[in-house]
Amino acid sequence: MKAKILPGGIITEGGNSVSNKTGLWAARHAEVDQTKCIKCHTCVAYCPEGCIEIEGDGKNVRVNEDFCKGCMVCAVECLVGAITMKAK
Amino acid sequence: MTGGEAAAEAMRQIEPGVVPVYPITPQTPIVENFAFFQASGKIKTEIITAESEHSVMSAAVGAAAAGVRTMTATSSAGLALMYEILGVASGMRLPIVMNVANRAISAPLNIHCDHSDTIGVRDAGWIQIFCETAQEVYDSTILAVKLAEHPEILLPTMVNQDGFITSHLLENVEILPDSAVKSFVGEYHYPYSLLSQDESKTFGTLMLPDFLFETKVAQAEAMRKAGEIYEEVVAELAKITEREHPKFELFQVDENTEAVIVTMSSAAGTAKAVAQKLAKKGQKVGVIKIKLFRPFPYDELRAILKDIKNIAVLDRVFSFGSVPALYSEIIQTLHHAETSNKVQSYVFGIGGRDLREADIKEVYNNLQSDKFSPETKYLNFNS
Repeated sequence: MKAKILPGGIITEGGNSVSNKTGLWAARHAEVDQTKCIKCHTCVAYCPEGCIEIEGDGKNVRVNEDFCKGCMVCAVECLVGAITMKAK
Repeated sequence: MTGGEAAAEAMRQIEPGVVPVYPITPQTPIVENFAFFQASGKIKTEIITAESEHSVMSAAVGAAAAGVRTMTATSSAGLALMYEILGVASGMRLPIVMNVANRAISAPLNIHCDHSDTIGVRDAGWIQIFCETAQEVYDSTILAVKLAEHPEILLPTMVNQDGFITSHLLENVEILPDSAVKSFVGEYHYPYSLLSQDESKTFGTLMLPDFLFETKVAQAEAMRKAGEIYEEVVAELAKITEREHPKFELFQVDENTEAVIVTMSSAAGTAKAVAQKLAKKGQKVGVIKIKLFRPFPYDELRAILKDIKNIAVLDRVFSFGSVPALYSEIIQTLHHAETSNKVQSYVFGIGGRDLREADIKEVYNNLQSDKFSPETKYLNFNS
């Protein structure tokens, strides 16, 4: 972290929680079977971390492993069972 | 004026930018009088009428972080309700100054004076000053602002007075001209203001095990430093008031003193009156009134106390399951003295129970007839 720490734990930076890669805490990450996926965006809506993206061209569902904590909500909610949890 | 009015008058002259308020007996006259000053146009302070003391202190933290001089007042359950945020204020190093009219905390419900409110939060990281008289309240409120805002300290400060006993009883108070107070406290320049535009900042951060310890050590060092800077601030105030405010006041204490009562707040006044009468009969008794409770002046006090054989410590609070607060500080003071003093612990005045001159006489009698017990004794107690 390049920010200074001032008295009181004040830091000279804003929004730096992105530099804390909570994905490191995961025991397993979500993995999407792109062929089964129907692009319904259910997983995108349910992810508590907002780390599932359906990329621009609408063809690729990407799980951001920097922040995926392996909570499995996406795998449970997926309408077609396209998501499985893979150990790291 | 009363102690409450003295606090309000000092606040009026300081004219803080923001004062969040919530009433509670017996501090209400402080915020009521202050609100009256503001409503009559004498000052331009922004008063925030919050929904509880928890919100009062939260608002104070926000205002102080924004770089605004912030003050408030509370008592008892109000202070207890603020507890979570007291640690936020001290942890974030915000120089909020708060007057506390000491009142017993519940239960059972009691509106009268004892020190269970402030002593109950002694570890919250606030500087704590105890005042015996309305004059002291006035002077201490002003010096507290200067002390808290010192760039090497930046710690919130409590100015305590005995609820009802000091807060509601009339005394003569000498006040400074408005301009003298304004020039003494000066302009408030919080160095890390939330509203400054030079660099972005995050307040109230999450701090994990890899950093918290060091941050708290820095906070402890600031508290220790407050003890040094306190001397400078009171010396500067003495130049304009010609009144001294040492960390502890010595009354009839010299190299011949045989017995001494150590206490805080208005009880010291009663003790001094009795000590004075006994001195006329040739008794070598004195009183030490502790004014700066946090940071506790161990070193300076040890230098005086080690040579006094018989000491009684009068606490206006229980520490259930342990020994009373001031008594434990005195034991710590003497711990490294390598002398063999006898210290008797007393608890008095709980829930506003009177401390009578007869009680003080009893203490001095016991001290001088060498009656010591490891148990805490009670004064004016119905067994």
